[in-house]
Amino acid sequence: MSFISYLKDGISLGSIYAIIALGYTMVYGIAKMLNFAHGDVIMVGAFVILAAITKAGLSPLLSVLLAIIVCTVLGVTIEMIAYRPLRKASSNLAVLITAIGVSYLLQNVALLIFGADAKSFVTVIDVPALKLFDGQLTIKGITIVTIIACIVIMAGLTFFVKKTKPGRAMQAVSEDRDAAQLMGINVNATISLTFAIGSGLAAIAGLLLCSAYPTLTPYTGAMPGIKAFVAAVFGGIGSIPGAMIGGILLGVIEIFGRAYISSQVADAIVFAVLIIVLLVRPAGLFGKNIQEKV
Amino acid sequence: MAMLEVKDLHVYYGVIEALKGVSFEVNQGEVIALIGANGAGKTTTLHTLTGLLPAKQGSIIFDGKDITKVPAHKIVHMGIAHVPEGRRVFSELSVYENLIMGAYTRKEKAEIAESLKTVYTRFPRLEERKNQRAGTLSGGEQQMLAMGRALMSKPRIIVMDEPSMGLSPIFVNEIFDIIQKVRETGTTVLLVEQNAKKALTIADRAYVLETGKISLSGKAEDLLHDESVQKAYLGE
Repeated sequence: MSFISYLKDGISLGSIYAIIALGYTMVYGIAKMLNFAHGDVIMVGAFVILAAITKAGLSPLLSVLLAIIVCTVLGVTIEMIAYRPLRKASSNLAVLITAIGVSYLLQNVALLIFGADAKSFVTVIDVPALKLFDGQLTIKGITIVTIIACIVIMAGLTFFVKKTKPGRAMQAVSEDRDAAQLMGINVNATISLTFAIGSGLAAIAGLLLCSAYPTLTPYTGAMPGIKAFVAAVFGGIGSIPGAMIGGILLGVIEIFGRAYISSQVADAIVFAVLIIVLLVRPAGLFGKNIQEKV
Repeated sequence: MAMLEVKDLHVYYGVIEALKGVSFEVNQGEVIALIGANGAGKTTTLHTLTGLLPAKQGSIIFDGKDITKVPAHKIVHMGIAHVPEGRRVFSELSVYENLIMGAYTRKEKAEIAESLKTVYTRFPRLEERKNQRAGTLSGGEQQMLAMGRALMSKPRIIVMDEPSMGLSPIFVNEIFDIIQKVRETGTTVLLVEQNAKKALTIADRAYVLETGKISLSGKAEDLLHDESVQKAYLGE
């Protein structure tokens, strides 16, 4: 029974990675950049929820909505101020380094405002636990909510990208920016929309992450952010189902590593898996092998 | 007044001046060919025209409006469609989705369906393959798709960059047939071609571009028989 219990924990953690990875993968697929500040937007979302509930006394639902709005605006603003001016720069390195800078900026601003000590997160999601097999297996409410949220987000995004006009514009921009412009697609607006969606999802990821692991510091988002990036690469960066599968696999590997091998090297195992996957399948599990066209 | 008027266009790639004062005009209903050697600035001219490249100096007037600084994504809205060099179809999308993408700026569903029908009638191969991924089409079929996609915006002028490049002779003839048919429906055509002979055969007028400048212009028929053109571009 402990195996099933670990598996469920892994899927739950992996679902959070998957939601974060979706933000990475969409931004990479469409704007062709790695937004290393993405993980820190999660932390901002969690702090907004915490402050809204404890300081402003808002209801949990309103607090979450507020966090989604704040993160969406933050993501779009970061893109506009920090990344857009570099879009025509000759080197992708410039925007990558900027993203790392934005990441530190967010962490340090949070440090200034909220201080360095860990805050305990409040209960936002209050769903009763599910007891199975005569109480041998307990599935926490937050676990159920996390997994359902992940599935809903995944399905919603897939529908949005494949079936709606802005979604198709995203696909077009992802494939060929110039050709997309010739169709009348506003590339800047499409990239802004991508950042808005990714950052809004980061707020939800912040909620789920801090509900499952209820301590919050300015660095809370950094490690899950990097692991979600690993998940996105693992699944094939740019691919929505890849981010989902990559995230869940990563969560399961991490929890199993922690349970059966050693909790100290669990993170090392995660990164070792990434290296092995990239050696065998450089484009990731669902990635396309992009052939250079003449 | 000309439908499209390009005046003294200067364009730079970094410090290199790619266009050194290009001027030409296109009248409603005409087929205009822009010919020249590799690197003469033909593609640069078209990219500047549709806003993909900025002009340093000079102006582009379309329908009496200055569109020199209009961003690329607003150009198609004004009635100019660009079939880019190398087709640039969305290879991950289906043929049908590519065509619908061409009508991105249009809102009326019934009118879009009408245009789709027209495109399928003109390119029956596209209808046969409508659910196929565009990346799996042959070069000639992709060229047809790129042209069909441009026509889906219902343009007043269609700008084509090297539509015959890399195609087998059968497809080349088919593509030029289609260009003829497009003009018969009243759409103006600005054609950039390395296949100067073919281009001059179907064009009304033509301009010869040489290292960033128009070196010669006139009736296509006259240029076809011009000795210097024959020597430099027609390989005779």
